[in-house]
Amino acid sequence: MSNLDKLTQELRAGRLSRRDFLQAATALGFGAVAPALLTTAHAMPKRGGKLTAGIGHGSTTDSLDPGSYENDFTIGGAFARFNYLTEIDNEDNLVGELAESWESPDAITWTFQLRKGVEYHNGMTMVAQDVVNSFNHHRHADSTSAAKPIVDPIVDIKADGDHVVVFTLEAGNADFPFLVSDYHIPILPTVDGQLDWMSGVGTGPYVLQSYDPGVRMTFTRNPNYWKEGRAHFDEGEMITIADVGARTNALTTGEIEMMDRCDIKTLHLLQRNSNVVVGETSGTGHYTIPMRTKVAPFDDNNIRMALKYGLDREAMLQTVLGGHGTVGNDHPIGRGQRYHASDLEQRTYDPDKAKHYLKQAGLDSIEVDLSAADAAFSGAVDAAQLYKEHAAKAGITINVKRVPADGYWSDVWNNDNHGWCFSYWGGRPTEDWMFTTAYAEGAEWNESDWSHARFNELLKAARSELDENKRRDMYVEMQTLCSNEGGAVVPVFNNYIHAKSTKVAHADSMATNWANDGQRYMERWWFN
Amino acid sequence: MLIQRLSLGLLTLFVVSVIIFLAVSMLPGDAAQAMLGQAATEETVEALRKRMGLDQPPYIRYFTWLGGILQGDFGTSIANGREISELLGGRFVNTIHLAVFAAVISVPLALILGLLAALYRNSIYDRSVNVVTLSSISTPEFFVAYILILLVSVKLGWFPSLANVSPDTPFAERLYKTFLPAMTLTLVVVAHMMRMTRAAIINLLASPYIEMAALKGINRRRIITHHALPNAWAPIVNVIVLNLAYLIVGVVVVEVVFVYPGLGQLLVDSVQRRDLPVVQACCLIFAATYVLLNLIADILSILTNPRLLHPK
Repeated sequence: MSNLDKLTQELRAGRLSRRDFLQAATALGFGAVAPALLTTAHAMPKRGGKLTAGIGHGSTTDSLDPGSYENDFTIGGAFARFNYLTEIDNEDNLVGELAESWESPDAITWTFQLRKGVEYHNGMTMVAQDVVNSFNHHRHADSTSAAKPIVDPIVDIKADGDHVVVFTLEAGNADFPFLVSDYHIPILPTVDGQLDWMSGVGTGPYVLQSYDPGVRMTFTRNPNYWKEGRAHFDEGEMITIADVGARTNALTTGEIEMMDRCDIKTLHLLQRNSNVVVGETSGTGHYTIPMRTKVAPFDDNNIRMALKYGLDREAMLQTVLGGHGTVGNDHPIGRGQRYHASDLEQRTYDPDKAKHYLKQAGLDSIEVDLSAADAAFSGAVDAAQLYKEHAAKAGITINVKRVPADGYWSDVWNNDNHGWCFSYWGGRPTEDWMFTTAYAEGAEWNESDWSHARFNELLKAARSELDENKRRDMYVEMQTLCSNEGGAVVPVFNNYIHAKSTKVAHADSMATNWANDGQRYMERWWFN
Repeated sequence: MLIQRLSLGLLTLFVVSVIIFLAVSMLPGDAAQAMLGQAATEETVEALRKRMGLDQPPYIRYFTWLGGILQGDFGTSIANGREISELLGGRFVNTIHLAVFAAVISVPLALILGLLAALYRNSIYDRSVNVVTLSSISTPEFFVAYILILLVSVKLGWFPSLANVSPDTPFAERLYKTFLPAMTLTLVVVAHMMRMTRAAIINLLASPYIEMAALKGINRRRIITHHALPNAWAPIVNVIVLNLAYLIVGVVVVEVVFVYPGLGQLLVDSVQRRDLPVVQACCLIFAATYVLLNLIADILSILTNPRLLHPK
């Protein structure tokens, strides 16, 4: 797609005429979508219409409590109704949202200046105490919030007047402004001294009209929305359509204008439809195959290396993802991230090297169990079979153990009884966040149960380091450690794939922190 | 006798609730773990268990629940704290709407096709209607649904592929939007009822009293409608009722394909999340549907043929 991107950019810069653009795009094989790109490239956002989005997630058991948000439906609904202290914009930059600016002398004390005069949907004005209450909702002792790991390091939050909030952390964290963009922590109003999450009221682009969990959520535009150039639709509706076939049908028959999670196996057929544009972003989402590093035989790094070399990542990318992704390098940092180790050599399929590492471990061949269920990601069982074929050439016998998808995350994953299994990460926008969540010693979700002294030392040091270059070096070293000594095979990073009607337009670049333009499609997209 | 049947029905419901409770308890993981999924930590799971009351021993939870039911209180969903009666209400209406819609089309259709098949037994018509209905019943529902969507919705654009209804959808629009799911269900259930109608009537056609009627010179059509059919009602009614029950409890696949918010989808979601009170409530409704419909079938059979009250 990069050639096409270049063309589109040239067109916008005025170096290419519309006719030349169309010809060149057709030559590249994008003839059918080129007219749509042309409009995208030129169109200015327009107000109006009702966007109906078909979302694959969403369950009757969902709740309005922001601490419980965990699927694409609740996340998309949250970004449609709420604002956060900070925002990852459509070019993946960190910008202020309800916070106008922030500063910290030592990465421990963070002072956020709030935007003034922002109104909630119920007419109340947002003040600093609301921010304090919104964070405390996740902080109290019997909190069940999924944001707990983020708010736990906060020692104290104070409102200083109506427009300043001061956070004190237990240790320095240079990424703190990134963390507060997390979708679990919207700024909500305080009613009668209590945080009001029950009504769904926020300061965001759309006002909640109705919500039937697992079925639909409807919105109308917030007439007082403070943000310029955003919230273009008059109305919005999100429908849970769990079945990907039904979602695709609904898009092709025009009942919805946008769908997420396209079926990779039939994507080429969908692309033939001239009323539909398929969009992809390559983000931080990735598949992992974590080995429990304290369980034999995975406690020997030679075995881990042998297994890492015994996998043909390219084949897995083509087979499981249909090429819609990029190969992984056994660490969880995506190519688009700030401190990605681009100089680290890409690990490739090499049965001889795998054999070499087996020999180092004193073995000629080995037999290991790999637990797989499609709960980890769609295609995990196929991936396991592929891996088995690849590894066989290096003298490694993989016994694929199919386990039930139901209860996978509680009984199989992150469990010593299953030394090796599949997992999926939606990714985190910062290196520290990702490493702290899944690779730090003692972290709940350290799925490979990895503890590496140097790595953990670097993790702490990099977190509070404010010097960009020093930080980069540390993160590069950590990625190298992860890749060469870590417990997780990271085979591929998956692209987020959505499809939309040609009537729907968006800016040229889309955020990659979450699917569907950072799940802010309701706020950012428009009808042309 | 009615009272005896009703009390047996209640006993059945009780047994069903115990079995469901035990079965869901035996599934790996609980609601707290299922809700937090990959995001579960020991600490949050414990806190959530406490909030949901899952730290209580199972028998206490069961009897608390049973006590509530006896007072007409279905309780609240442990996943999101919503009142179950409210959660079920709209979906129950949707499920009944679809079942009735499908029944209104399929029952008369099956009876007419079945009667005609008996009337013109072994004709080309008889054979072709058998082939068509048997193929539609042998095809998986979701496949029937996709074929209908492809032809009627994608190619012709006559009906929407989503049965996207909400409580304030007007009735006419509701019929329009649920037409394809109702057609799918019709195709699935017609064969069974139609074959039973045909078989029951043909079975009777060999009896002496029909022979007598034929000898009297009554025409074939009248023999079937006035002499055979009244005696054939009992088996036909039983099959019809069985299919009606299926239309209420067995349509989850159709609900998923057409994104129709009925009870089936709710039940599947709730089992995945181990949301026991909701699972129990759904299962009770389904079990009660079976018990009641079977009772109605028996009553109707007896009304059409009072001899059944006095078995030989």
